Amino acid sequence: MARPQLRPDANGYFGPYGGRYVPETLMAPLDELAKAYDRWSRKRSFRNELRDLLTHYAGRPTPLYHAKRLTEHFGGAQIYLKREDLLHTGAHKLNNAIGQALLAKMMGKRRVIAETGAGQHGVASATAAALLGLECVVYMGVEDTVRQRLNVDRMELLGATVAPVDSGSRTLKDAINEALRDWVTNVRDTHYILGSVLGPDPYPRMVRDFHRVIGDEARRQLKKQAGTVSPDVAIACVGGGSNAIGLFTAFIDDRRVKLVGVEAGGSGEALGEHAARFGKGGSLGVLHGTRTLVLQDEEGQIAGTHSVSAGLDYPAIGPEHALLADEGRIEYTRASDTEAIAAFDLLARIEGILPALESAHALAYAGKVAPLLSKRRLILVNLSGRGDKDVESVQNWRAKEREQADAEDSTAVAEVTVHPAARKWGKSQEEAG
Amino acid sequence: MSAISEVFERCRREKRAAFIPFLTAGDPDLETTAALMQAMADGGADLIELGVPFSDPIADGPVIQRASTRALAGGTTLSGILRLVARHRDRLGVPILLFSYFNPIHNRGLESFAEQAAASGVDGLLCVDLPPDESAHQEYIPVMRRYGLDTVFLLAPTSTKDRIRRVAEYSTGFVYYVSRTGITGDQGALPDELVKEVRRLRRKLTQPLAVGFGINTPEQAASIARAADGVVVGSALVKLIEEKTGDDDLLSAVKQRVKELAEGLRR
Repeated sequence: MARPQLRPDANGYFGPYGGRYVPETLMAPLDELAKAYDRWSRKRSFRNELRDLLTHYAGRPTPLYHAKRLTEHFGGAQIYLKREDLLHTGAHKLNNAIGQALLAKMMGKRRVIAETGAGQHGVASATAAALLGLECVVYMGVEDTVRQRLNVDRMELLGATVAPVDSGSRTLKDAINEALRDWVTNVRDTHYILGSVLGPDPYPRMVRDFHRVIGDEARRQLKKQAGTVSPDVAIACVGGGSNAIGLFTAFIDDRRVKLVGVEAGGSGEALGEHAARFGKGGSLGVLHGTRTLVLQDEEGQIAGTHSVSAGLDYPAIGPEHALLADEGRIEYTRASDTEAIAAFDLLARIEGILPALESAHALAYAGKVAPLLSKRRLILVNLSGRGDKDVESVQNWRAKEREQADAEDSTAVAEVTVHPAARKWGKSQEEAG
Repeated sequence: MSAISEVFERCRREKRAAFIPFLTAGDPDLETTAALMQAMADGGADLIELGVPFSDPIADGPVIQRASTRALAGGTTLSGILRLVARHRDRLGVPILLFSYFNPIHNRGLESFAEQAAASGVDGLLCVDLPPDESAHQEYIPVMRRYGLDTVFLLAPTSTKDRIRRVAEYSTGFVYYVSRTGITGDQGALPDELVKEVRRLRRKLTQPLAVGFGINTPEQAASIARAADGVVVGSALVKLIEEKTGDDDLLSAVKQRVKELAEGLRR
């Protein structure tokens, strides 16, 4: 069956996913935004201005890098990294933030707001706002302000106000809640720069369009550097799914390319221990304005999530991803916290690149598949961001590992002296767990 | 005629606006919610908006967010709320409109929800994040109609002419006008143009029009009642419940506050 040309449809649906599930106050503003986007994105003047900023200000095209040492390490397929970590501000997020901030300016808005998890979208929005002379407020969960403190400082230096969000799970999901509350209140003079392919229409398609430059460039660069436009496998991490859609859109109609999205496997399989929406984890639900796969309990309350990477720590997936999964066009898998940290280490040590922990999830999967493929095969990985922001998280992880190792040593000693009844109790606890 | 429509019809005859208090189900627990609803009915509530707590209440301010968090922490579920309504609706004597986010309903399945809600004696449903446009994709209207449930939709200061027409087409019982762009709760004074805007909207609707969001005092309620068919007070009451939970005079204080608010609604 041929893919429909227009995605989403006129109502903002990708098959059964998408739509606009928002309070009435936002319905007319979303109409207005969709119309403005359709109008401006077709105008040559807007496209030229955006291209000019992306080239001379943001640093596009970002390099495509043949990671020879990494390739050698796995002894299989050739691994190419799309270096979005080298984009100004250190992640792919700026593509979309500049696009939306420019649109906000055209729409006559004087203020922009954004949510952020890892802080990269917040930094990108603060940057775009500074560049275009817009007031900027960034909502960020309290837990994330701690684990991504460097980015909080950066946003403030860029002149943005960071508003810590202390409700719910105090992570990305709650930051979006608070940004939506702000938008409902200040919708007349404010544009909400949503940072992923999530939320009500037109966001999923608009954010995709601003990011598709990633894959478009990669195709051209592959042609030049590797003699083909089609890698055998293209891999990206998936939180909301913006860098993945940005990379994959250029390859969707190229059936030779296997597309793999890597979700956060977190620390375990139980609800609350991961952020993997596909497979057993997620079910159809409505969150933040869109109908999609959501991690929720049997009563329809949104579940907590966990990931070592703040940017993947989110319970819903972009609606277009949900459809592409149904169609079998994108395959989704997961990488655990431990696997992501190992991939982070590896890339740092043998390529001299600190990847964002988000991107490390994609690298972890690349490490699994590369050894299975011949040296003539080609793997393209979206290195969506750089890892400076994660240095403290990785150090904390190490400290925790050392503590656990020490604790295990001491229990091994204690074992000898422990009362037999207590040992039995401990064992049954273990089984229950 | 539905029980909700009858309320507005009676209020019209009595030349007053309907008083519609809101409370979050399960805050602090479901048994107290039942007693609070009774206190509200005794205090002069014409219709009760019963809030279904949700983990991510994007349209609510801090007061109702906290109430939802308490209710969920206490294990409140949609099924539990419907069982509560089934036990108390008849004795209560006033209609109940469930006020919910869409996900808990969607998760249950529309048909199954509507069947159980109707059997429990729920009179209608307002889903704050389900505009009429999306309800059309979900077969929401036909299912709710089949079970005799009123469907209340929101209008807002940003609603265009087109949207007003659409909301009018899909709403039964009444239409709920959001007094200002914003979330629930106190944000100081109401907009100056509110009464004029309500009068303008009312002429375009065949259904009664109730106004809510940010109405706290009897004076505010009375001023809106000059133009509207109903007045909704939520956060101010939920805040009172929060403050008085654990005190002996919780029920009498809520009844008294409802009485003060309802008394000023005669035109």
